Amino acid sequence: MLSNDISVILPELMLVVYAMAALMVGVYSRKQDAISNLILWTTVVVLAVAGFWIGLSPEGTSTAFNEAFINDGFARFSKVTLLWGAAAILALSREYLAKNKLLKYEYPLLITLSVVGMMMMVSAGDLMALYLGLELQSLALYVIASFRRDSLRSTEAGLKYFVLGALSSGLLLYGASLVYGFAGTTVFSGIYTVVEGEGLSLGLLFGLVFLVTGMAFKVSAVPFHMWTPDVYEGSPTPVTGLFATAPKMAAAAMIARVLFDAFGEVISDWQQILVFLSLGSMYLGSVAAIGQTNIKRLMAYSSIGHMGFALMGLAAGTEQGVQALLIYMAIYVTMNVGVFAFILNMERDGQAVTDIASLGLYSKVAPARAFALAVLMFSLAGIPPLVGFFGKFYALTAAIDAGLFWLAVAGAFASVIGAFYYLRIVFYMYFGKETAPLTGAMPTLHWVFLGGASGAMVLGVVNLFGVETIAGLAAATLLN
Amino acid sequence: MVIVTLVFYLFAAIAVASAMMVVLSRNPVHSVLWLILTFFSAAAIFILMGAEFIAMLLMIVYVGAVAVLFLFVVMMLDVDFAKLRGSVAQYTPLGLLIGLILIAELGMAYGTWIFAKDAPEMRAAVMPAPDQVENTAAIGQILYTDYVYMFQAAGLILFVAMIGAIVLTMRHRPDVKRQNILTQIYRDPAKSVELKDIKPGQGL
Repeated sequence: MLSNDISVILPELMLVVYAMAALMVGVYSRKQDAISNLILWTTVVVLAVAGFWIGLSPEGTSTAFNEAFINDGFARFSKVTLLWGAAAILALSREYLAKNKLLKYEYPLLITLSVVGMMMMVSAGDLMALYLGLELQSLALYVIASFRRDSLRSTEAGLKYFVLGALSSGLLLYGASLVYGFAGTTVFSGIYTVVEGEGLSLGLLFGLVFLVTGMAFKVSAVPFHMWTPDVYEGSPTPVTGLFATAPKMAAAAMIARVLFDAFGEVISDWQQILVFLSLGSMYLGSVAAIGQTNIKRLMAYSSIGHMGFALMGLAAGTEQGVQALLIYMAIYVTMNVGVFAFILNMERDGQAVTDIASLGLYSKVAPARAFALAVLMFSLAGIPPLVGFFGKFYALTAAIDAGLFWLAVAGAFASVIGAFYYLRIVFYMYFGKETAPLTGAMPTLHWVFLGGASGAMVLGVVNLFGVETIAGLAAATLLN
Repeated sequence: MVIVTLVFYLFAAIAVASAMMVVLSRNPVHSVLWLILTFFSAAAIFILMGAEFIAMLLMIVYVGAVAVLFLFVVMMLDVDFAKLRGSVAQYTPLGLLIGLILIAELGMAYGTWIFAKDAPEMRAAVMPAPDQVENTAAIGQILYTDYVYMFQAAGLILFVAMIGAIVLTMRHRPDVKRQNILTQIYRDPAKSVELKDIKPGQGL
C-alpha cells in the first residue's frame, strides 16, 4: 500500500531527497563559491530532467495517500510547465547572483523546495494537502524575495510578501475549515459528492468564497493584487522572473483543481466570482501599467493582466476553458522566460538598470536583442500573427462558447488598452530618444533563451508545438 | 453537568477578558503575560471538551515556548509600542466598522446554515471513537499512516523555515576569533612552553 503511494509521488520525493542531499554537500563543503555554482547547475539539470520524467510518464490517473495526491494529465501538464519554467529562470539567474555576491547554494535549493510545493499544489486532492503545498511554496518564495538581505527594498519586498501571504493563507484556511465543517470531509471527491447530493449549502458557499479569495491572492488577481508591484520591484531580478513564471502556473492550476474537483457541480456559483476577478485583473493590469517607468513594475502589472485572461478561460467553466487556461499559462511562462532573459542583462557600466526610458534607440546598440524583445512584446500584447495572440484567442473563444460573450468583448478591449504599454517599449527601442546606451554583454545562454522564446512565438504559429492537443487531453482528465 | 457548564463559563470569561487585556494593556510585557493567561484558559476549555492532547500542546508549546520567546523579544527589542499604537488608533473606527459588518453578515447567514446530512458521521469516521482510545493514541494511529504525507509535508515546511532563517540572518565574520577545541587539546607542552635560562642581573 505504502509502496504504491510512494511510486505515485516518486518525482516529488526524488526532488526533496535531492534538495536535502545537496544541502548537506553545500554545508560541509569548504569551497563555497565552487560548490554553489555546481549545485546551481545540478539543480537546473535535476528540475529539467524531472520535467522530462513527468512529461514522458505513462498516461492515466492515479491517486495516493487516500486521494490526498492526484497524479493525472492535468497535474502532469502543469508540473512540466512549472518545472521547465523554474529550471530556465534558475539557469538565467547565475550571472546576476554572481555579480551581486548572492550566489549561495541555498538559493537553488530553496527554489527546488518551492517547486516541490508547487507540484503538491497542482496535485492536491485534499484541502490539507493543498494548504501544505501552498505554504511550502510560499515560504521558500518569501525567503528568496528578501534574498538580497543588504538591500532595503529586497527585505521590504520579502516582508510585504510574507505579511500579505500570511493574511491570504489565513483567509484560505478559514474557507477550508468552513468547507470541512459543512461538508464533513476535506477530500475533494468527498466534497464533490456532498455538493452533488445536497447542493451548495450556505456554509459551503461561504467556504468557497473564502477559498477563492485566498487563492486569488496567490495569482495576484484584482482586487488581491496590491502586493505584486512592490514585491516584483523589490525582489532581486531573477527572483522576480521566477515569481512571474512557475508560481503563477501552479496557483492557476490549483484554482482549477479546487473549483472543478470539489465544486464542479455548481459552476454557476463560482463563475460570477471568477468573471469579476478576471475582468478586474484585465483592466487594472492594462490601465495601471501605462504610467509605469520601471520595467519590473511593468512586468508585475503585465502579469496581473495576463492572469485576468487565464482566469477568463477558467470562468468559462468548461473543458475548453481549462484547455485555454493551460495553453495560456504555457505560452505566458515561455514569453516571460524570454523577457526576463533580456531584463537580467539591462545594465550600464555594471549597474543594473530597470528604467524603461534607458531603452531609447536600443535597436542601434544591439539590433538582434532589440528585435527579439520586440517580438516578445508584440506577443505579450497579443498582436495576431504571434503565439501570444493564440493564448488570448483560446481564452476568448472558451468564454464566448460558454455564453460569456460580453466578458470576451471586454477582454478584447482590455487587450487593446494593454497593447499600448508593450508597444511603447518597442517604440522606445526603435524610435525613442537616444540615451546613454546600455552596455550589458549578454551571455550565450541568455541569448539562447531570449532568441528561443521569441523564435517560439513566431514558429509556434504553425501548430503551437502540439501544445493544444496535449492541453486538451490534460483538461479532459480534470473534468472526467 | 451544571458544574461543567459553570467551569466552562468561568474559563471562557477569563479567556475573553484576558484576551481583551492583551490588546488594551499599555505595557507590552503585561500583554504577553495576559496572553499566557489566555492560553491557560483555552487549554482548560480544551480539557473540558475531552481534547487533552491539544490542551497539553497549548501549555507546552504555546505557553512554554512561544510566549516565553515573545517575552524575551519584547524585553530585548527597543520598540516604542505606545507610538506604534498611536498610528493604529487612526484606523480603529474603520476596522471596527468592517468587523461589525462582517459579524452582522455572518450572523444573518448563520440562521440558514445547514450541515451536510452525513457531515458529523464523516468527520467522526476519520478517527477511532474517543471513548475507546485516548487522544494521543488516536492521533498516533493516523498521523503516521493515513496522514503520513501531510506529516512529512509539514516537516518540509519547517525545513524550509530553518534554511530561510539561516540564509537571511547568518553572517560569516572573518575577524572573529573562535575557540578551536581540538587545537587546544593537541597542544603539546614541548612546543608551547619554552625554558629560558636567564643569567642573574640580565633581562630578557
